[in-house]
Amino acid sequence: MAAMAAGTALRELRYVEGPIRAFAIATVFWGVVGFLMGVVIAAQLAWPLLNLDLEWTTFGRLRPVHTSAVIFAFGGNALFCTSLYVVQRTCRARLFGGEEMGWFLFWGYQLVIVTAALGYVLGVTQGKEYAEPEWYVDLWLTVVWVFYLVAFGGTILRREEPHIYVANWFYLAFIITVAMLHIGNNLALPIGDGLAKSYGLAAGVQDAMIQWWYGHNAVGFFLTAGFLGMMYYFIPKQAERPVYSYRLSIVHFWALIFLYIWAGPHHLHYTALPDWAQTLGMVFSIMLWMPSWGGMINGIMTLSGAWDKLRTNPGLRFSVTAVGFYGMSTFEGPVMSIKAVNALSHYTDWTVGHVHSGAMGWVGFVTFGALYWLVPVLWRKKGLYSERLVSWHFWIATLGIVLYITAMWVSGIMQGLMWRAYDELGFLQYSFIETVAAMHPYYVIRFLGGVLYLSGALIMVYNLWKTVTEVPRVEEAAVPARAVPAAAQ
Amino acid sequence: MPTKIEKDALTGRETTGHEWDGLKELNTPLPSWWLYTFYATIAFSVLWMILYPALPLPGATGLTGWTARGALSGELEAARARTEPMMARLRAATPEQIAADPELRAFALAGGRIAFANHCAACHGAGGQGARGGYPNLADDDWLWGGDLAAIHATIRHGIRNQDSEEARMSIMPRFLADGTLTMAQIHDVAEYVLSLSGRATQPAMAARGEGIYAENCASCHGERGEGNQEIGAPRLNDRIWLHGSDRAAIAAYIANPVLGVMPAFGQRLDPAVVNMLTVYVHALGGGR
Repeated sequence: MAAMAAGTALRELRYVEGPIRAFAIATVFWGVVGFLMGVVIAAQLAWPLLNLDLEWTTFGRLRPVHTSAVIFAFGGNALFCTSLYVVQRTCRARLFGGEEMGWFLFWGYQLVIVTAALGYVLGVTQGKEYAEPEWYVDLWLTVVWVFYLVAFGGTILRREEPHIYVANWFYLAFIITVAMLHIGNNLALPIGDGLAKSYGLAAGVQDAMIQWWYGHNAVGFFLTAGFLGMMYYFIPKQAERPVYSYRLSIVHFWALIFLYIWAGPHHLHYTALPDWAQTLGMVFSIMLWMPSWGGMINGIMTLSGAWDKLRTNPGLRFSVTAVGFYGMSTFEGPVMSIKAVNALSHYTDWTVGHVHSGAMGWVGFVTFGALYWLVPVLWRKKGLYSERLVSWHFWIATLGIVLYITAMWVSGIMQGLMWRAYDELGFLQYSFIETVAAMHPYYVIRFLGGVLYLSGALIMVYNLWKTVTEVPRVEEAAVPARAVPAAAQ
Repeated sequence: MPTKIEKDALTGRETTGHEWDGLKELNTPLPSWWLYTFYATIAFSVLWMILYPALPLPGATGLTGWTARGALSGELEAARARTEPMMARLRAATPEQIAADPELRAFALAGGRIAFANHCAACHGAGGQGARGGYPNLADDDWLWGGDLAAIHATIRHGIRNQDSEEARMSIMPRFLADGTLTMAQIHDVAEYVLSLSGRATQPAMAARGEGIYAENCASCHGERGEGNQEIGAPRLNDRIWLHGSDRAAIAAYIANPVLGVMPAFGQRLDPAVVNMLTVYVHALGGGR
């Protein structure tokens, strides 16, 4: 009958989409906030006067606002947005918990972001890099995260597909591991000072090791595994081609998951960490090289037979360039983990450049690619407002990244070499302040790179806004969304 | 759902037969270069773990016997061995002997330059030019505590107004307003008189009133004509070099409530040879006596 004929459409309409649209908006909003904060603190490093001599606006307080805004607010919302979209489509199942679950996750997560950022500016911090929020934010995030796992896992459990799609393996690994890392690294006792201050249970080098077990795997699972999940859905979608190799996806998934978790000690080379742990951190990082590249191969080779789409689809250009940056930084990482290289690179701007080629090139670009595909779909639009503006965004942002990372390579290697330079009589060649002064021009170039990257993002905001408000809608199916009873699930 | 294996028209590869939301996957084998490179990194890692410490056991160092502590002390020892013959001579000599010996002097100036940049420049400026807020210029010939080699050496070694050294340079200027010795009006008068010592007074009546106050309260340390006293670190007042501001308001504020400079005792932080090098370097900045 009519209901039978509309069966496919009905099924389509059961997916939860409202909160996913909200996550998409939040991704763009926090992206702009995070990039802007990055530009501000880059300017502060080049021109220290911009610290304004106010405690709330100093580099020390704004830097975690920048890092958390881009990693957890921009990246986190992008992961929520795409994972909840992808898991429903690839499982052919409505989100476990329905709309209410989606909205709880959305507002719960925004609350984490806002309370964390307020704390940073007011000086409330537990002083752990990328885990600065105090215990009360940590507890609330744990609640939100457990619901995330329930929603995601519940959707997978009631899937109508026999197999679990590769993107969902990566998303699930990201959700589970981040829960473990977050709890492990934030075990702390609130003590005094209006209950806004806590002290970690571990101390000394154990504390440092736990911190970098967390910190490295925040990169490995939040910024890598989660975004690989994104890549595994949106690249084949945009390219309209099958994933290059199922076998490679299995092998590189398990190799990546197993190896990443041991690589953290490479952040503590030449410290009080015992030698054996440093050795293990280095060799596990080296073994990570190929498992990381497995994802790059699968992303890029999926385009075989569809390379012409790079010319016609600028959104896909973002996704594929992202995979290129991913390949570059996952090669650079193992190189920097080698102790002899690390002796030069550690504590220099080279590290800052490395993390930004990953963050701006990989995380940022793969997210932009997904947004340019997803926004018209989520708002039922015929397409983007302007493909030309996507191209402008692409080239401006790419130029920004190139300026940023080349400036940091030069300044970082120069800094490392100046620190270790001796004169012919055996005295240090440079004082610390001379190395700081020498970096000034590169800090200005880095700032300009950040301005370009931010400008590109603003072009995207305009383009997506126009897409939602001005592009005509796709013809709707006969059955309106409201007519589907929630009880039908 | 039944799986349906297809042949991809473009590559000739078979799919796995799964499909999700229109997405399929090819059953392409692992690229062999990828697999063998992966094996190679594992082999490298195993070898590395045999050669270098990789077990959480005391004394387990690996075949090379390398340890981070061993490597560090080796490098420090090598650096020390390189400079030690000269450093020993610098330690044994007085600053005067170093300054008189061309070889020692050249060495001391090279080492003094970097030691100054790392330990002194934060307050005194990269070129010893001093800084606002009471950090004296070391490149001119106006000295608070003496500018010959022995005096500079004593100042660097023991510091000024610190708790670190028994022999630190000590002297205290009273807080003339806060202690109730003088009124603010008297302080302005005496400040105007102090300006007159370097010929800069503009209010003769005030300066005249201040003369007596100066003689009574200031001259014992700063001298009857403002010539200063380096024995007690009392600055010269009859020149135009000022540490805390040169106009009457700044001078009056200082008399009312002085900000006394402090400096650490570097003799307790640095090798005596480095203190000697710094002495010769600072002396050579331009103002040494």
